[in-house]
Amino acid sequence: MRGDRSLRATSSRPTRQRPAAPVTPVTGGLGESARRPDATLKVKGEFAYSSDLWAEGMLWGTTVRSPHPRAKIRSIDVSEALMVAGLATVLTADDVPGRKTFGMEVPDQPVLAWGDIRYQGEAVALVAADHPETARRAAALVRVDYEVLDPVVDAEAAMAPDAPALHPSGNVLKHVKVRHGDQQPTADVVVTGEYEVGMQDQAPLGPESGLAIPDGEGGIDLYVATQWLHVDHDQLVASLDLRPAQIRMTMAGIGGAFGAREDISIQIHACLLALRTGRPVKMSYSRQESFVGHVHRHPARLQYEHGATRDGRLVCVKTRIVFDGGAYASSSNAVCLNAATFACGPYEVPNATIDCYVTYTNNPPCGAMRGFGAVQACFGYESQMDKLAAALGMDPVELRLANAMREGTSLPTGQRVEGPAPVAEILRSLRAMPLPPNADGAGEAERDLRELPGGVSNTTHGEGVRRGVGYAVGYKNIAFSAGFDDYATARVRLSVVAGEPIAEVHSAAAEVGQGVVTLQLQIVRTELGVQRAVVLPADTQVGSAGSSSASRQTWMTGGAVKAACEAVRERVLALAASKLGATGRLVLADGAVLVADAGAAPTRVSTLADLLGAEVVEETVEYRHAPTEDLDPETGQGNAHVGFAFAGHRAVVDVDTELGLVKVVEMATAQDVGRALNPQAVEGQLQGGTAQGLGLALMEEIQISGGKVRNPSFTDYLIPTILDMPPVRMDILELGNPVSPYGVKGVGEPPTISSPAAVAAALRAATGRALRRIPVRPEHITGLLETRTDAVPDDPTKPARISAETQ
Amino acid sequence: MDFLRPDSWADALAAKAEHPDGVPIAGGTDVMVELNFDRRRPSSLIDLTRVRDLSEWYEQDGLVRLGAGVTYARLITELGDQLPGLAMASRTVGSPQIRNRGTVGGNLGTASPAGDSHPALLAAGAEVEVESVRGSRRMPVTDFYLGVKRNALQPDELIRAIWIAPATGPQQFSKIGTRNAMVIAVCAFGLALHPGRKAVGTGIGSAAPTPRVAAEAGAFAGSALDEAGLWESRGELPPSLAREFGQRVRAAAAPIDDVRGSAAYRLHSLSVIARRCLVWAWNDYRKAA
Repeated sequence: MRGDRSLRATSSRPTRQRPAAPVTPVTGGLGESARRPDATLKVKGEFAYSSDLWAEGMLWGTTVRSPHPRAKIRSIDVSEALMVAGLATVLTADDVPGRKTFGMEVPDQPVLAWGDIRYQGEAVALVAADHPETARRAAALVRVDYEVLDPVVDAEAAMAPDAPALHPSGNVLKHVKVRHGDQQPTADVVVTGEYEVGMQDQAPLGPESGLAIPDGEGGIDLYVATQWLHVDHDQLVASLDLRPAQIRMTMAGIGGAFGAREDISIQIHACLLALRTGRPVKMSYSRQESFVGHVHRHPARLQYEHGATRDGRLVCVKTRIVFDGGAYASSSNAVCLNAATFACGPYEVPNATIDCYVTYTNNPPCGAMRGFGAVQACFGYESQMDKLAAALGMDPVELRLANAMREGTSLPTGQRVEGPAPVAEILRSLRAMPLPPNADGAGEAERDLRELPGGVSNTTHGEGVRRGVGYAVGYKNIAFSAGFDDYATARVRLSVVAGEPIAEVHSAAAEVGQGVVTLQLQIVRTELGVQRAVVLPADTQVGSAGSSSASRQTWMTGGAVKAACEAVRERVLALAASKLGATGRLVLADGAVLVADAGAAPTRVSTLADLLGAEVVEETVEYRHAPTEDLDPETGQGNAHVGFAFAGHRAVVDVDTELGLVKVVEMATAQDVGRALNPQAVEGQLQGGTAQGLGLALMEEIQISGGKVRNPSFTDYLIPTILDMPPVRMDILELGNPVSPYGVKGVGEPPTISSPAAVAAALRAATGRALRRIPVRPEHITGLLETRTDAVPDDPTKPARISAETQ
Repeated sequence: MDFLRPDSWADALAAKAEHPDGVPIAGGTDVMVELNFDRRRPSSLIDLTRVRDLSEWYEQDGLVRLGAGVTYARLITELGDQLPGLAMASRTVGSPQIRNRGTVGGNLGTASPAGDSHPALLAAGAEVEVESVRGSRRMPVTDFYLGVKRNALQPDELIRAIWIAPATGPQQFSKIGTRNAMVIAVCAFGLALHPGRKAVGTGIGSAAPTPRVAAEAGAFAGSALDEAGLWESRGELPPSLAREFGQRVRAAAAPIDDVRGSAAYRLHSLSVIARRCLVWAWNDYRKAA
């Protein structure tokens, strides 16, 4: 009977059914470099960013910010501002109806300051007016009477017992301790080092911006470029004192994030102004305001002692890392935990003593940025590995190979590394890549200035130029760690529109440029075998996707979309069985249900259009990765991470040793991505991440003096140009991952971790200088400026015992 | 704020006379930054881009008369032979977009010590022609710079043109920045050999309150070359002479520490690029024999 029906479906006898549509293979599925839906718009300059949002009758909001890093507000006088024609409202802390503070992990930051000012740029009042210029003029007339206090600007000094407490909980925000193996080990060879990492900015090209529209019934719609809609939503609910359903958020066109959009910027402020005035309110930061309007990468000081046997086996690592968290907590706790867990690098380390601190200061708040604590640690441990190799008379790559972590290695936290951990493969791949042709010295033929340090600024024709090559390898966790309930939600809906099956995906995953929209399309095309697929705007009308951070969305939202597709497919195939009596191994492909029994050519049972008719199949799924656990507070032991990603770099630099100027000749990278679901997108992440790391090594630093930012613009906060960033030679390893969907690993952050350390190593090789701080400045290369850390000499007479620890 | 758009030079002068606090704008690469950062709120802007005369250059009386509104991009493509030093300096200005807009007149109007064209103008001994409804005057560019972002313009005056002698010998320009393009000078140096009068022209940028000539260093090099008969023989440049020249250029500078670099690095790097510029120019001079 069933056989009859399936026969009829494929029979050539005339039936009353429409003739079967020709089979068109589905393209743009997994493994292809499917084109981004926003690609053409962006190339043509037609993409609508959050700063382009507009609504009829909207007001412009602006923020009054403290010019002082530390002060007390005596009073705020808004009377003059209120006189400005075109002004709609001025708000201060008293106007915040709900919780007066916000924060992702710790709600310690005032929505609008009252009492204490803890950093330069802290928001004090809000203004809305009919024109941005009117708003700015009114803002300038808000008179804030400050009692200016001496700022606490040094992370170490903030820990001193007599330092003024900047928060009721004291200045030490977090101390992560890891104790692993023998705490008083001895080693044949010990090297010590002290390193420093400056404050990098994410420098997203799109400023913080959004549009809040009151719904006339006490609720609000907010359109904003963010990394995690639902965590913003939670904070909006708390501070606006509304029911969750009264606040609806929709993702707006984003111009980069890199961690800078994890924290609240304009979200609460724009809603407060819109709810007060009853009119749509747009806010969009200027570049200068953006530099104080989002968190930065933590500056760090790292002290290391590495002990090894004479034949180059690591015996122990002892480290103390201090992060400057700035004025508020942001994600400092998690950054600190990350740095502690990765402090020894991707190596077998039998004994470790790790102390990682993050403190409050009156510097700008620091939080999430690509690499999240692993970048700073990598600069420390990889600098040490080079130093150790020199002390042992070993090749730096050989030393790393001899100690490389592998599958089954126990981390200092006691966690066993599951799945591929190809540290040695990465190093071997990098070493085997051909080196770019050498171009030392002044050549006979005229060289293109663009290939030389200084570029067309014409600073050398080859004089003083020396080449250096450096290696570094790093690793970090993928997805959220330490017991966090990490999940992503996706809804997939399959229906027939105009005779064609169409799959719609709805998730709250934030497209931050990484390509998660494209990826969702690729997954449904492959899983459901439909060509027409649509990703609906990300919003809060569907469950949380978690953050577009921690390199997690391909794994997490990808996992949720895959699972939702599987649930949809199961129902469709059940329908095929019940409606058409189809049997055998049923699959969805190329817009049809097929029988694909082993050993036989697949045969079509029905087109999806015919099978579904008016029926709609919709499933919503929450995907979770395996649970993790927090570290033990005393020993730092625990399975804190669900998975790891590994990457390495080889940097080749030409340095004008006399002027301290640098041309990076080539960056090579090898990275295990698990599986490249969109090869072009993966390559883009590797190139972009490498560039951002190169920027940290050579130029990107927010310079702070007395708690004040000295370079809040792209005139003086320099990011690499095309003449600074060389082509990237890439070896993309696809070794799979047993615990993730499709065997993926996250790819966004790993390329930023080892890139700065590799550039620094290459600079050392070229110059012979210690270079213990990044960004490396010309002053360091020329020896004109000794950093604090450069001033600490190595003591060759130091006994080969790791120093006793008293914390 | 008023936006005035004179169509002719006479109208522009009249507008400036009527609005002495009006800010002239040509390419806008400095003015618009100041406005965007809210550092400046002029009562009016005087747009000079419609004044055709300003964007022309021609040779007259043996000199190049460079209209104040000629863009860097045109300087690079059209005047590389006559004004090689200025063309090299122009090549280091910003990005292609900025070079398509920015002008030497604007650089002079802003009078930032870090302006890229100044060292080349100084080394070449350029003159600035300024004018108001009261009349026109010409001054050596050395007299034009008065202080940090201060120049010799009277409130009613506009910059009309720059007069520069076409190069009679090799010229060089070198600029230190902390990235390889699109960077504001940490310091800069311009050099021009004037074999006819056995002189070495110099210009220091971004290492003193104003762009300035390293007069003593230039005089030293010119006469040292002369004493050794090198102008005639085109013999090799003694390395000690080049080093000494670098040291004397360094001695002419008075830099500060700022966010772009330390005073010590400015002094050091200036001595290096000055030395290198002399070596390169001299090698070109020898090759040209």
